[in-house]
Amino acid sequence: MPLTKEEIKGLGKKAWDIRKLIVETTFTCGGSHLGGSLSQTDVLVALYWKYMNIDPSNPAWEDRDRFILSKGHGGVGWAAVLGEKGYFDKDLLKNFNKTGSPFGMHLDSLKVKGCDASTGSLGHGLAIAVGLAIGAKMKKKSYRTYCMVGDGELCEGTNWEAAIIATHHKLDNLTLFVDRNKFMIDGPTEDITSLEPIDAKFQAFGWETITIDGHDFAQIGDAIEKAQANKGKPTVIICNTIKGKGVELFENKSQWHYGGINSDLKEQALACLDKFYCEL
Amino acid sequence: MAEGMSWSVTDGDKLTQAEIYGEVLAQLGDKYSNIVAITADLASSTKIGRFGKKFPAQFINVGIAENTMFGMAAGLAQSGMLPVVSTMAAFASLRSAEQVRTDICYQKLNVKIIATHAGISFGQAGSTHHCTEDLAVMRSFPNMTVIAPADGFETGNAVVAAMEIDGPVYIRIGRGFEPPVYKTQDYDYKIGKAIKMRDGKDITLIACGVGVLQSMRAAEVLKSQGLEARVINMHTIKPIDKDAILEAVTETRRIITVEDHSIMGGLGSAVAEVIVESGKACAFKRLGVPDVFAIVGYPEDLYHYYKFDADGIVETVGALLKMEIEEDENWEDEA
Repeated sequence: MPLTKEEIKGLGKKAWDIRKLIVETTFTCGGSHLGGSLSQTDVLVALYWKYMNIDPSNPAWEDRDRFILSKGHGGVGWAAVLGEKGYFDKDLLKNFNKTGSPFGMHLDSLKVKGCDASTGSLGHGLAIAVGLAIGAKMKKKSYRTYCMVGDGELCEGTNWEAAIIATHHKLDNLTLFVDRNKFMIDGPTEDITSLEPIDAKFQAFGWETITIDGHDFAQIGDAIEKAQANKGKPTVIICNTIKGKGVELFENKSQWHYGGINSDLKEQALACLDKFYCEL
Repeated sequence: MAEGMSWSVTDGDKLTQAEIYGEVLAQLGDKYSNIVAITADLASSTKIGRFGKKFPAQFINVGIAENTMFGMAAGLAQSGMLPVVSTMAAFASLRSAEQVRTDICYQKLNVKIIATHAGISFGQAGSTHHCTEDLAVMRSFPNMTVIAPADGFETGNAVVAAMEIDGPVYIRIGRGFEPPVYKTQDYDYKIGKAIKMRDGKDITLIACGVGVLQSMRAAEVLKSQGLEARVINMHTIKPIDKDAILEAVTETRRIITVEDHSIMGGLGSAVAEVIVESGKACAFKRLGVPDVFAIVGYPEDLYHYYKFDADGIVETVGALLKMEIEEDENWEDEA
């Protein structure tokens, strides 16, 4: 069932809340991975508020759907999602990155409720997700495993090892999102080590591929529903996104891969977000 | 070179000991229904394939993709399965070190790693397949239990005992052709508790893995020379049995460690740390592979070459006995 206009509006509002929380947290903590957190937000919002079978009051529920943010540097954005979803009091995010805080910039599954794997070292998440998906089949569980990698992260060869194995095991309970924001720390992916054609590469590895605008909830919803309906193979959803999406002064700028903001910049960013929300 | 190459790869009829691990694991499948055995194209070489033959639905061969294999093991453990992973020690400890550390150890996941071909037990294969660093690497990972069994029976015991621990365990074995030290599996085996193989007051040989057999052989030679060597099988490198070490320091004042591993960072280093932190002086020598990439050859020849076979141990005992140490037990007058 395609998302209704009302649902899309609701998800848009939630994404706006999350983006504001990311900006606020970045201001408080002194610096975060703004660009990738803002680019991934809409897909995460769709998953957590519409498609994943989860219970924030019971984060260890055995039958829950799993989500692994392999691009662990999106941690501040993921934490904002988990806090907003009610896994913990989102006021705790005021301690993000602070000494002794449960929240480092890469989330820790031992310390953060709702975080299914400690990630940050790139190229690890998909293998863990493959293990979870095979585990579900072995235990005859119907939960689904979702994983998101950054596009630059696809340079890591372990992704392709895991992609081969996922196909061999016919992991139709596994969905991978590529946050295709086209930047890595040092600049545009296609300038540093080109990744295209990403879809043809995954197709060659035996995956079902869907390419979407990763900020369009209707497309995100349709893609996830297609992935859920696919049989016999894993699905990758290549999400064309904008690094820093929603805050114009951060968009498509490498320097905002990671950065700190002062109160002036914070106010500018929040004003950008308000404008962005009005245009939704 | 070494006395008789009686048990090297040319001698296939003594494989039984090597296959104990595979058999034990296959038996454990009846007790632990959630075991999933995983390997990276080494089902036969590592013997984990025996489990796969009995429980094909709980066996995964990922192909040649060790890093992903360990990440998958983390995911499988998180989903409630009990992954047992086997590959060669060089790949488990070096190639996949980060996956083992971050994906498995950090989250204290219940993954058992049985790494084969450790040390220079696959000496003919050359430096890419030698693994004289795994104990150093693995014991530096928090939450990891590190075991180097003396023989096939002990490997079986270690695998059984590892299942009782909730967390990652690294068991390193040789190529699988090592002769037995024990006659049976029925002895008091406990992870973290060293075994005194023979008592003695003149010197202590603390060994793990194939070093235990070599130490026992050396002790026999020493006995003929009128020396009583204590032999301690320190099968668990981490957590190490400090009491057994400190008892040996006090009672024998001379200690030699014997291991098929670099002398940097393995059993010898672990024992040295305990001795030095005790504040008690002790004549001490580490035997193993020195700080080099080992030469190629049959394992027993290499053990001889690097002087951690019985001959080398006896020679080192002689040197250590000549070392001047304070003979009384009054520790108070020492700096």
